[in-house]
Order: sequence, then C-alpha cells, then structure tokens
Amino acid sequence: MEKYVQIENVQMVFDTKQGPFVALRDINLNIRQGEFISLIGHSGCGKSTLLNLVAGLATPSNGTMLCAEREIAGPGPDRGVVFQNHSLLPWLTCFENVYLAVERVFARTESKATMKKRTQAALALVGLSHAEHKHPHEISGGMKQRVGIARALSMQPKVLLMDEPFGALDALTRAHLQDELMKIAADTHSTVIMVTHDVDEAVLLSDRIVMMTNGPAATIGEILRIDLPRPRERLAMAHDTAYHEYRSEVLEFLYRRQLRPAA
Amino acid sequence: MNAANPSKESLKGIMATEDSVATAKISQISPPTNANEPAPTAGLRFPLAARNFLKWLVPPVLGLALFIGIWALVAQGNPTLPGPLKTWDSAVQLFSDPFYRNGPNDQGIGWNILSSLERVAIGFGMAALIGIPLGFMIGRFDFLNRMTAPIISLLRPVSPLAWLPIGLLVLKAADPAAIWVIFISSIWPMIINTSVGVNRIPQDYMNVAKVLNLSEWKIFTKILFPAVLPYMITGIRLSIGVAWLVIVAAEMLTGGIGIGFWVWDEWNNLNVEHIIIAIFIVGIVGLLLEQALVLLAKKFSYE
Repeated sequence: MEKYVQIENVQMVFDTKQGPFVALRDINLNIRQGEFISLIGHSGCGKSTLLNLVAGLATPSNGTMLCAEREIAGPGPDRGVVFQNHSLLPWLTCFENVYLAVERVFARTESKATMKKRTQAALALVGLSHAEHKHPHEISGGMKQRVGIARALSMQPKVLLMDEPFGALDALTRAHLQDELMKIAADTHSTVIMVTHDVDEAVLLSDRIVMMTNGPAATIGEILRIDLPRPRERLAMAHDTAYHEYRSEVLEFLYRRQLRPAA
Repeated sequence: MNAANPSKESLKGIMATEDSVATAKISQISPPTNANEPAPTAGLRFPLAARNFLKWLVPPVLGLALFIGIWALVAQGNPTLPGPLKTWDSAVQLFSDPFYRNGPNDQGIGWNILSSLERVAIGFGMAALIGIPLGFMIGRFDFLNRMTAPIISLLRPVSPLAWLPIGLLVLKAADPAAIWVIFISSIWPMIINTSVGVNRIPQDYMNVAKVLNLSEWKIFTKILFPAVLPYMITGIRLSIGVAWLVIVAAEMLTGGIGIGFWVWDEWNNLNVEHIIIAIFIVGIVGLLLEQALVLLAKKFSYE
C-alpha cells in the first residue's frame, strides 16, 4: 500500500506556563507498507513527539493521521512501540512480559496454548528462547532491548515504532542488534519508523531518512532516499561509495545547514 | 643451584623457566594461603566456614555480654534492681507454666502474650484493610489526595494514647478501645507509604500500559500492585512496630489480660524481675514480628 501511514498537515502545540509552545509544524509524510523510515535530527527537534503522535500517545493540535486508512485515535497494538529504556516489567519473566502483549491482542480469538506458542516464537525470533524464564535483572541490556522488540513484534503490529531503541547500548551490542533488526524486518516485512541520533545507523537500516529541522516549530527539512541494495552488509558498506555519499549528505544537513543545535 | 639466588651466567637458562622459578620462590616463602585471610597463628588453622561463622557470631554475643555485664554492675550498686541471675531464675519459673488459668485476671504469661497479639492482629488487620486501598486511591487520584491531605497531616502526629479516651467513650469497653487505638495509630504509615508507592511508579511502566492498551484491571494486577508492593511492605513494617508499641501502653491503661496489663500488675506487686522480663518479652516478640515481615519483603523483592 502506497500510503500505509499518512501524516497530513500535522501540527503539535503544547500549552506551557510560558504560553503555547509549537513543537511541530506542517508535517506531511506518507509511508509505504514495508518501508523502513528513520527520523533524524538534533535534540529537541520533535522526533520523539512525532513518534508519539503516530503511536497515539498524543493527539496532534492540527492535521490528520491515518494508519492503514484508519484514523489514529489512541495507542493500540496495531502500532507496536519499542522504548529507549526497554520498559520491561521487572517482576515478570521475559516470557511473561511478551505474553502480556500477546494476551492483550489474541486472548479473544486464540487458546492459551496458541498464545504460548506465539510468545515462544517471538522470543525465538530475537534469539532469546534460552532466557524465557529469566527476569529482566538477570539478563544484559542488549537482551532486555531484544525482549522489548519481541514484545512489540509479538502483537503483529501494522507499524513498528522505535524511539532510539539502541541508544542505551554499547557500540558492539548496538551493531549486533542493528543487524538482527534488519533481518527481522526483512523476514516479517514490517513497516518501521525509527527515531535515531546515529547517522550510520540511519543510512544502514533505512529506505528513507526523514531529516528534521531544529526545534522549536520543527518541520521536515529533507527526505533522503537510500537506494542501497538489500540485504545490506555492514562490513561491505565500509567500502561502498554510495553509502559514504548518503552519509555525508545527512551529516551535511545536520551539521552544516542546521548549525545551531537546539537547546 | 639455589632457586632464590640465580647467578647472572645462568640467567638465560632461567628466563625460559622464569615462571616455574617464580612460583617456586613464592612457595618457599610462605605456605599457600587465601589472600583474604591474615597469616594464621602458629598451629591454628580453622577452615573458612568456621571462621566466617565466628565472625558472624562473636560481635552480637559480645554486645549482649557487655549489656548483661553493665546490668549486673548497676544491680550490685542498687539493691532494689534485680541482677541478671535473679531475673533468669524468675523467668525460668515463669515460663515453666505459661498457660495456667487461675481466674479472669490471673492467667499464665503465654495467655497474656497471645491476648496482646490478638488485639494487635485485629487492630492492625483492620488498619491494613482500610489503609492500603485508601492509599492506592489517594495515590492514583490527585483530587482525593488534596482532599485528605489536611486531615492526615492533622491526625497523624496525635499520640496514640490520646485516642484512648475517645475509644473508651464511644465503644464503652476496654478491649475494643485498645483495638481502636492500635487501628488509628498504625493506619498512617500504610496510607502514606502506599500512596507514595503509587506516585513513584516509573512513567515507563505506565507507558507500557498505554501502548498495550491494557484494561484497568490488568493495569492494577500486572503493573500497579507489583510496583507498589515494596512500598506497601515498608508501610506494614512501620505499622507493626507502632502497633506493638501502642498495645503495651494501651493495655496498661485499660487492664484485662495482656502483656501491658501484666507489666502494670507486676509493678503494683513490686515484682521488678517480672517487669524486666516483660521488657525482654516485648522486645523479642517485636523483633520476631519485624523479622517475619522482612522475610516477606525479601520474597517479593525483585532487584
């Protein structure tokens, strides 16, 4: 579908003590089904706000937002969210954390046994079948984030929304998880919107990079299409001229044309 | 060749076997020991488990011995105060028949303790049944919080015993009045701690609830309740301490069967040994109650 996620003339204004604060203005974006979109920009440019709007955690002051041709009227399992800090419930095991999401979506239509299998499949997808019965404090940061991804994916969402999902991890784990995410996205044909700070991550993973201007009243500055063939291999990219060109274009936008980083 | 003093000419040959020389050197200097342990005294080599047990046991035993020693010294100088030995004899006699019944006001020490515990259980139980749900609602709904805040701030510092006359007036009997005093004194920590716990739930967990669009019931059972549980248990621990404290004082004023009344009765009989024993009993039971709750708290901790 061409306009799987449709964002039209969206504006977001917050009421603060100092008066109305315009976070976003004139956001127009159409996302195709199965596309991988990165939102990139300086701190305070409203990327997370935009993601929250798509997730339904906030309502836009103006404009319309549609997902699979239905208006986005609140949070729901059709838009799976992966947070920056995994947000796993520490008193549940990894299995139970994912099961919570599965139960929410499939309890009415499926039996307990099927839901159990679904949960196990989601954990297997991220390579954590062996950690099913461990609690979050017993596993590493990377593993916790993988469980978060498994939880989001287990609901079979229409769109996967990720807010700097690998920001809290070290570089090696981050690289590993980026590769896994590419594989999972390819296997499941998911539509993904990811907020990131990392230029390399954006160029490696995305089909299109949405570069946002500085806040306040941020808007979409430029959209860059990444025409690198898939599957993309990290080590091969190091020698690819096209990769480096895309990378420098993004850097140019961020560090030359948007000179002043937002507060 | 002496391993401790290699000569220069044979240095090359030694280099190859430097490691083995090094270990040989060390093993010649001292017998192999655990790095954490001090060098053992001549001939005395305890296994590690025994040493750790002593390390754990000796300080509190020493403290207790010191305490008893000071008590004995004070008792020697003061003829009206019984010393540890006399008190121990009295205690043995007392606990030899803890469950006798000679009449409504003369029963064994066991009955007295149980009677007090029963009052605490009822008062404390009611405080929990009312205080904890109230704490939840105050934490969850800001309007309720601001509505009850002045009342709580007003009533919380009131001394437990000031509540006793009101209890006697309204309830007209000693037992219910004592239970009322326990109830009104021990409810505050439970309300306040529970409401703080609800406020302190990290926004992350509520975000999870939002994006998963969980029902109110699921939010309560899977997120709210487990997150608040540690705070709730702290509130319960504080409450049980207050409740046990209060019952002894309340019973002194109301009479009947109970450890507090027993203390007052023994004072009237000038049986000082029994008063001292009562102090120990109150302390030990309080300690046991607290420890039981600590174990409970550990079971529910997930850090």
